[in-house]
Amino acid sequence: MFSISRKDLVSLVVFSAIVMTMPIWLAPFGAAYPGLMQKFVIYAIFAIGFNILFGLTGYLSFGHAVFIGVGSYTTIWSFKLLTMDILPAMVFAVIVAGLFALAIGYFSLRRTGIYFSILTLAFAQMSYSLAYSVLTPITNGETGLLLARGDPRYIDQIFGAQMNVAGLPQPTLIGNHLGGYGGFYLCAVLLIACFYVSQKIFASPFGMALRGIKSNQTRMNYTGFNTKPYTLAAFVISGMFAGLAGALLSITDPLAGAERMKWTESGNVVLMTILGGVGTLFGPVVGAWLIKYFENIFSAINLNTLNNFFSFLPDGIQSFVVTIMSKFVGEGWHLTLGLLFVVIVVFLPGGLVEGFQRLAARFRRRQTKPDKSPSAQPAE
Amino acid sequence: MIQTEPNIVLHAADVQKNFGGLRALSDVDLQVEEGKTHAIIGPNGAGKSTLLNVIIGRIPPTSGAVVFDGTVLTGKAPHEINQLGISRVFQTPEIFADLSVLQNVMAPAFARRDGAFKINIMRSFDKEYEIRDEAESLLQDIGLVGRSNDHAGSLSRGDKRRLELAMCLIQRPRLLLLDEPTAGMSRHDTNTTIELLKRIKSGGMTKVIIEHDMHVVFSLADKISVLAQGRIIATGLPQQIKEDPRVQEAYLGGSVE
Repeated sequence: MFSISRKDLVSLVVFSAIVMTMPIWLAPFGAAYPGLMQKFVIYAIFAIGFNILFGLTGYLSFGHAVFIGVGSYTTIWSFKLLTMDILPAMVFAVIVAGLFALAIGYFSLRRTGIYFSILTLAFAQMSYSLAYSVLTPITNGETGLLLARGDPRYIDQIFGAQMNVAGLPQPTLIGNHLGGYGGFYLCAVLLIACFYVSQKIFASPFGMALRGIKSNQTRMNYTGFNTKPYTLAAFVISGMFAGLAGALLSITDPLAGAERMKWTESGNVVLMTILGGVGTLFGPVVGAWLIKYFENIFSAINLNTLNNFFSFLPDGIQSFVVTIMSKFVGEGWHLTLGLLFVVIVVFLPGGLVEGFQRLAARFRRRQTKPDKSPSAQPAE
Repeated sequence: MIQTEPNIVLHAADVQKNFGGLRALSDVDLQVEEGKTHAIIGPNGAGKSTLLNVIIGRIPPTSGAVVFDGTVLTGKAPHEINQLGISRVFQTPEIFADLSVLQNVMAPAFARRDGAFKINIMRSFDKEYEIRDEAESLLQDIGLVGRSNDHAGSLSRGDKRRLELAMCLIQRPRLLLLDEPTAGMSRHDTNTTIELLKRIKSGGMTKVIIEHDMHVVFSLADKISVLAQGRIIATGLPQQIKEDPRVQEAYLGGSVE
């Protein structure tokens, strides 16, 4: 029941190893600090969930950041009202995000193609302005929702936790405080679990039905599948993944703001998935890491760094190279990302994962050369 | 209430279909006997495909109704009609081009076993050995052996048609609707398909077939209806149809063969 194919098992083990050793292999890239690695891992969860909708069914949602926001707000409210323990917070976040996805998906999925995308975008923008201004009592508007020392935390009270210790309360996991690395490993374990769930969905008849919807919805209907609940289920599942990602954002940094629901955030997850490889298991993760890396590291490169890096060049050439390069780093990181995106979409429509697969296939072919397959085409 | 003889499995009763001012079907009454192969022939534009689309629920009729084994099909969604036991082969093959040939045949089997909707992520389709074996043997039957792992989109047009037929057959439908199943096939492939359709005839499946190729029609049909200008002008055994002067005039241009 929980078993997976040998190939998937190998992928899962390799994936777990890569995630767990992030503090080691990210060090040379200057990204091995917990705050950033948490972001890498959390957005990978978001992208994996998004890929279950977009990669399998082909429905392109432009409003998935809503569910990140919903997950974040729910988590903070769970902290404020109930307990600082993160388990109930995560459960609530996933459930509430799932309910939002159910409502938004129910209406949006009445249309397909571009109209579906526009509907999700419309819902996302509505939710954003609700969070930003209309629902200020719940979301604390522009400032964002914060913890306060005077929060009731009824469950914590019942268990007699000390309510008036100095400073703000910290999220705990069954009584244990999460440090920087604790937070990272919590997120990492959840990412691996999400990867496993995604593998199970990809390999199941349910996943096959979702792929069938992407490939030929007419045939699906005439084959006896009721495609509406299938797409809605995929929408809700991906919304729940996003809810979990939102919860983890608020657990590692206990605040929630409307900017997490902005349409640029929804657009980012689309970019992540396409960059890495739509409909592949690893693709969304690779894309999420690449974009977060650019956003956080590439954008921090300044003139000094460049001057140091190119100091081996003669003066005139150095200043020339630095002038050119400086347009592509720092504030200009969007430019580099955009160029990269164009190159990948034009030359590798299957994303980076397809690129790796092509390289691997070429390498393998070179190793086992002329070996005519015995199962050649039968003569017509 | 539409009265239907007990051995009639499909009854299109007084079906009319207007497209704007154009009358595509008028007073069509088609009765298909259980277990028989019923061919619908007629010149281009006679309304054959429209009639099939009305039966399968793709187009609602302007008036009249279609009854399948006591159930009114009119107004039902395509997946509901399929779940009653009706599968359809399209004129241009509708397959899952992005999936493998084997997955194309396995997916309809899940619809047969699990119904119109089921979330079963704890199973893996690699481990669905029963359905897999069934699909493999059907692919062998249909002449696509050795292509299981190919992308269905890479098949030739004739192979796509055969694949689509396999996708319908794995559902073991009670009624199979075929819209020109051999169009675009070579003579050899056409004959193979005729042989296959003859073999599955013994399984008790009812078939409605629309076909231009008289060779195919007279090889397969137990009964033939002739459609001309939206009306059924004759229904009868193949021999009767061959000799019917009205049919010869309307469609066959003087003589059969």
